Amino acid sequence: MTAAVSTGRRRPVRPARVALHLFLGTVAVGWLFPILWAVLTSFRSYEYTAANGYVSLGGWTVDNYVTAWRTAEFGKHFLNSAYITVPAVLLTLFLASCVAFVIARFSWKLNIALLGLFTAANLLPQQALLIPLFRMFTEIPLPAWMSDSELLYDSYWGLILVNVAFQCGFCVFVLSNYMKALPHELYEAAMVDGANVWRQYWQVTMPLCRPALAALATLEVTWIYNEFFWATVLMRTGDKFPVTSSLNNLRGEFFTDNNLVSAGSVLVAIPTLVIFFLLQKQFVRGLTLGASKG
Amino acid sequence: MSDLPLIQADRAVPPPAATTTKGGRGRRLRLLSRTDRVVITLMVLVPLLLVAGLVWLPAVATVLLSGTNWDGIGPISEIEWVGVKNYDDVVNIYPPFVPAVQNNLLWLAALFVVATPFGMFLAVLLDKEIRGSRFYQTALYLPVVLSLALIGFVWQLIYSRDQGLLNGVFGGETDWYGDPNVNIWAVLVAAGWRHVGYIMLLYLAGLKGVDPSLREAAAVDGSSETSTFFRVVFPVMRPINIIVLVVTVIESLRAFDLVWVINKGRNGLELISALVTQNVVGEASRIGFGSALATIMLAVSLVFITIYLWTVMREGKR
Repeated sequence: MTAAVSTGRRRPVRPARVALHLFLGTVAVGWLFPILWAVLTSFRSYEYTAANGYVSLGGWTVDNYVTAWRTAEFGKHFLNSAYITVPAVLLTLFLASCVAFVIARFSWKLNIALLGLFTAANLLPQQALLIPLFRMFTEIPLPAWMSDSELLYDSYWGLILVNVAFQCGFCVFVLSNYMKALPHELYEAAMVDGANVWRQYWQVTMPLCRPALAALATLEVTWIYNEFFWATVLMRTGDKFPVTSSLNNLRGEFFTDNNLVSAGSVLVAIPTLVIFFLLQKQFVRGLTLGASKG
Repeated sequence: MSDLPLIQADRAVPPPAATTTKGGRGRRLRLLSRTDRVVITLMVLVPLLLVAGLVWLPAVATVLLSGTNWDGIGPISEIEWVGVKNYDDVVNIYPPFVPAVQNNLLWLAALFVVATPFGMFLAVLLDKEIRGSRFYQTALYLPVVLSLALIGFVWQLIYSRDQGLLNGVFGGETDWYGDPNVNIWAVLVAAGWRHVGYIMLLYLAGLKGVDPSLREAAAVDGSSETSTFFRVVFPVMRPINIIVLVVTVIESLRAFDLVWVINKGRNGLELISALVTQNVVGEASRIGFGSALATIMLAVSLVFITIYLWTVMREGKR
């Protein structure tokens, strides 16, 4: 990221700069501290910290990770998260890009209403919709091969659908803005070549939207992976919980052992942290897409 | 998770292609072939049905149910209309309601008065050309990638009575998460920790979209950095200011995960969102009553969603 253009004058007053760095450095370290503390705690043995207090050094071990992984069955829960996150993100991007394309490409009197309907849906408080949705999910049957609960409730399908429905609005909004900025001539050329609407969407628009799609995909993966509420209320079987919501179940098992809690927390955070450090640019761009000129 | 509301598209400068008027880029639907029209209809209809069915239909149903005495078990035909009785009960005979409203307002106040301005302030500092800006930014928005549920756990390591850092260093006996007199403040620190980074990120992006020539002009006129910010930059950023404020309100209203992982929103951590959830998945399944609580949330949020949409749509049109 490049810093914004400043007024261009190098100030001769250095102390101000030093103070600025001191301040920002202190804040940054303070901000990182809770995370670093969790990492530090996770690598120490419970016996050592119980005897010497947490404000001490020593008792280094990786046992907490081994124990946490085993007792909490992280492997299974990570897999559950993948079952939900991957299809949900792909479906969200696909459906949202379809709507965004129509909104951006055609002038149509319901465009604004449509955009508002999708965007607002993303902002509604989810708890306010829980009652009817909960009831609906317990009424809608699924064949046994799709879900062993034979209902939309307590199934991966239900969670995928609800995540898609909620995240669509955000992506429609971002993508339609992005698509509106594409040059109109492209479509004229495509139409001269006889491309129908679907090809204009799939072969002309979508490849050009790759940067926006990548940014949104990064963001949506973290959001849906981090999603806690729907999985907590629309799932019953602990074994099927995605990893973020399974945390709450793990808490009971880890109750008295903060070293284990921190190892578990670090494990849950790892996927998002990896994404964050590898795709930081995409992540930030996704969040701020449209807020700046880029 | 979707607790991060969106914040897009207040374009400081609309791209040239976006300024086409009716009839320019846009084509009328009736000029299209039949297949094309079918394709377009499907492209809109499928996502629309999903969002309408899973978001808007439940929203309307919540409002309707709030006027009934449905217990959630009996057939729909036995539902009786009870008017505003549920609202009356919520306000008058439901002890957690008042604390929940107070906590939601406190949440809003803390984010609005402390976390949001602090995030904006950091963004302004980071917007200057300074070395190591990237490190500072990364450190500040790292919490944004963590789920709020996880943040509840991370901060427990600091707040825990027997094993926490706070009591370890200061030797107190406070149960920061458990004591109903202090736990809301402890939670607010954790919530603010994340909110600051988020606002910083959004605001920084907004600042980068401000036309540099405005500042240059102000500097040439001899305006100080501070007065340039308040007199030139801040007013130009009106749309993002509004969006940041609306985001803060919506975040405060939707706050849920953090208190739910701590104690399911009881014992000092009551929030309206947690009360709604308790009334559905908890031991007491009082549908009409829970719906009244939910409708209150809906009504408040719709006001701010409208402001948000109005702001972003107007900016998009310009």
